Amino acid sequence: MGAWQSYRLRLKRRRFLIRCIRKRRELRPVTNRTKRIKPGDILLFSTQRNEAVRLPYFLKYYRDMGVNHFLIVDNDSTDGSVDYLAEQSDVSLWTTPRSYKRSRFGVDWLNWLQMRYAHGHWSLVVDPDEFFVYPFCDTRPLRALTDWLDASSIKSLSAMLLDMYPKGRIDAQPYKAGQDPLEIANWFDSGNYTIQKNNFFGNLWIQGGPRSRVFFKDMPERAPALNKVPLVKWDRRYAYVSSTHMLLPRGLNQVYDEWGGEKASGALLHTKFLDTFTVKAMEELKRKQHYAASVEYQAYATHLKQDPDLWCKWSEKYINWRQLEILGLMSKGNWA
Amino acid sequence: MSVGIVMLVHTALGRAEQVARHWHAAGCPVVIHVDASVPVKTHDAFASALSDLPDVTFCRRYRCEWGTWGIVAATQDASQLMLSRFPEVTHVYLASGSCLPLRPVQELIDYLKARPRTDFIESATTADVPWTVGGLDHERFTLRFPFSWRKHRYLFDKYVEFQRKVGFKRRIPEGIVPHMGSQWWCLTRRTLSAILQDPRRPVYDRYFKRVWIPDECYFQTLARKYAINIESRSLTLSKFDFQGKPHIFYDDHLQLLRRSDCFVARKIWAHADRLYQAFLTDSEGAMSRTEPNPGKIDRIFSKAVERRTRGRPGLYMQSRFPNEGWENGKTAGQYSVFQGFAELFENFEPWLTRATGTRVHGHLFAPERAEFADRQTVVSGALSDSPVLRDYNPKSFLGNLIWNTRGERQCFSLGPRDNQAINWDIAKDPNAQISVISGAWAVPLFQSNRDFADIRKEAALLQKIESDFLDVLHSPYVKARIRIWTMAEFIESPMEPLQTIIDEITQKSARRLSEAPHMADLSGFGQFLQNLKNQGMHPHLMGDFPVTQDTTPRDGRPPKPYLVR
Repeated sequence: MGAWQSYRLRLKRRRFLIRCIRKRRELRPVTNRTKRIKPGDILLFSTQRNEAVRLPYFLKYYRDMGVNHFLIVDNDSTDGSVDYLAEQSDVSLWTTPRSYKRSRFGVDWLNWLQMRYAHGHWSLVVDPDEFFVYPFCDTRPLRALTDWLDASSIKSLSAMLLDMYPKGRIDAQPYKAGQDPLEIANWFDSGNYTIQKNNFFGNLWIQGGPRSRVFFKDMPERAPALNKVPLVKWDRRYAYVSSTHMLLPRGLNQVYDEWGGEKASGALLHTKFLDTFTVKAMEELKRKQHYAASVEYQAYATHLKQDPDLWCKWSEKYINWRQLEILGLMSKGNWA
Repeated sequence: MSVGIVMLVHTALGRAEQVARHWHAAGCPVVIHVDASVPVKTHDAFASALSDLPDVTFCRRYRCEWGTWGIVAATQDASQLMLSRFPEVTHVYLASGSCLPLRPVQELIDYLKARPRTDFIESATTADVPWTVGGLDHERFTLRFPFSWRKHRYLFDKYVEFQRKVGFKRRIPEGIVPHMGSQWWCLTRRTLSAILQDPRRPVYDRYFKRVWIPDECYFQTLARKYAINIESRSLTLSKFDFQGKPHIFYDDHLQLLRRSDCFVARKIWAHADRLYQAFLTDSEGAMSRTEPNPGKIDRIFSKAVERRTRGRPGLYMQSRFPNEGWENGKTAGQYSVFQGFAELFENFEPWLTRATGTRVHGHLFAPERAEFADRQTVVSGALSDSPVLRDYNPKSFLGNLIWNTRGERQCFSLGPRDNQAINWDIAKDPNAQISVISGAWAVPLFQSNRDFADIRKEAALLQKIESDFLDVLHSPYVKARIRIWTMAEFIESPMEPLQTIIDEITQKSARRLSEAPHMADLSGFGQFLQNLKNQGMHPHLMGDFPVTQDTTPRDGRPPKPYLVR
């Protein structure tokens, strides 16, 4: 990387940081319990909008994993999720009625909260429909992973987004609050992902899965990115660039090995495709607050009207992380 | 007779306290060194928590930064205190706060009692060790290292480079030969006191203060000078990864550790409650009298290192994306590509399936769709037959197909009408077997009933494309196994080339092996390797052999014979 490119990236990062500092005014604290954060705590950052039905299981899943504090930005919810979150003793909540799109899909808001509260902490950024799995997650808590990453001088961990879907119509089985969404959406595509390298930011650009196969089969270049780096030992000078797909400084995107070896990585089980999705897709289509003029949601809407079934004969049923590791979707690296 | 424990502690003091109590309860005096970077308050709380134990003492505190002299100074001080304060101590065991005794302490005491003159210290000459990090082995002893490797890596590297260029060399003091090894040892009082009371110790200390990572060579080198009987292995089970940092044990390693028969393991994760509970409470756990046998654990960890450094062949994923030439296998398995066969033979696909039992696809890269076997629309891994998806990244498409069907050979047709984007990839892939009948694309044109002007145009185009492909196959970079016939050549005697290809695909060996060649008698081989180690030569290419042959059972009785009915 030449000095010029390095300078450009630095400028870019500075711009993102200034932008997120400016955007902090959009956030209004509902309950700020960040005083309870102790040194070394693992923090989770999330944005949410009308996810009341998902939140109970979401919080339980990550509490059991070992997350110590949740910092959540609510974007103008109307379904009571604000009240629910405000009651939780390990949640700090901010709310904003402002545009999701103009905060670069929540990234500015979270960058600010991370800058303010996550300095020196391990920080996990996930959406309420994303469930993080990592090697040995059934026997070792998240702290075992972060301690190991610390000991190995690794600052960021990759966890690819894995779209989960039910067998049959997406809206066939209703999801109840508190239920494990993986009981319904427990199928995934195991081997149809494409990878390209982004030489500017140094990250891999992964696409594929059921969304490419069904919704974007005519325009695969516009299929959503699946590469994510959700777990980072945060420093106040870091900034996410676009969602959690990549961040700056670009060394943090170097979560893959280029000399034949495998680095350790996890997966984010993405349980977007539940019965709640059809309604949500329609709403988001109207709000037009999503990436690239919500092209994703336009594609969903047209397909879902006809045939809302993502399952195919070669879909794989989810068992555990070891299955994902054998399939080559994630890796233990040299953690044993 | 008793065993004294020197414990170096810097974090997880609560765990260190637990372990110290465990040692003490078995009658072992303990001297603890607490890193100087631990705050006074924390240290005092720790010391007062252990104040009820009479035989636990604390020595002077040093700052123990990794790879610096502090650790050796701390060990010297603590050992001195141990030897002078507890005259009944005959062996001193060096352990850390994150070490955990796996077998009842009494077994360790008995083991050492049976070997009163043996020093257990891994100690090998620099030329024979594989574990040096950063390429510094002998140079550790001949260069200077004023900059911290952790904090000022750049300066560290540059200064080493500078010294190499200038040709700078430190003189190694007379009378010692540099040896290296695991920093966790168990020495006899005789050897340890000889090292500590050596009149030339100031000379050695001054020298080793400037050596890089002296804790891995100070005692290892000096023990060679005084010991009567060195057993060059550590009684502490401790495995290192490819960066030279210790692997960590967690709750799910419980059974493995139980079966390892090692006395002490390191490093234990401080929050591994089940491990601490299992090994510090139930004393009757493993009542074995056997030699330590960490073979299983060794295999798991060396597999992990292998995964991290070599990876799985043919896998492209979020945390493995090898540069060109570093794939360690461009694809996951062997496959065959046929050009012109499906055009020349009418029932080529079903025929090949029958003849080889492999999965035979049609033209995978045809413009209309990916013609999967049986014309499925989706195949293994939910790979779609959509031409748009395929052509978006043809290389990923092929890589995915081969990866998804590991264990089953794939065959497919290629032709000048198809997408040519993967030509170079398959030509450079040693897993590919490419067979071409050049010019066979003309057969469908010959059979078609189209306007002749169209046919002429298309023939020109197809010929150009195939000719380009043949140029690729003739390039010097080709790694695939390639066979090319012209159509005229081929139809003269089609059976012979077909037989060659099929034989190569099926590779059936005529008979199963009924006898193996006679293997040399290997009883005592493990001991032989250990003897080499004891002489300072560290053989590592054999893998991990247990010292005693595994055939001797745990309790001394001969193994039960297998009954064959």
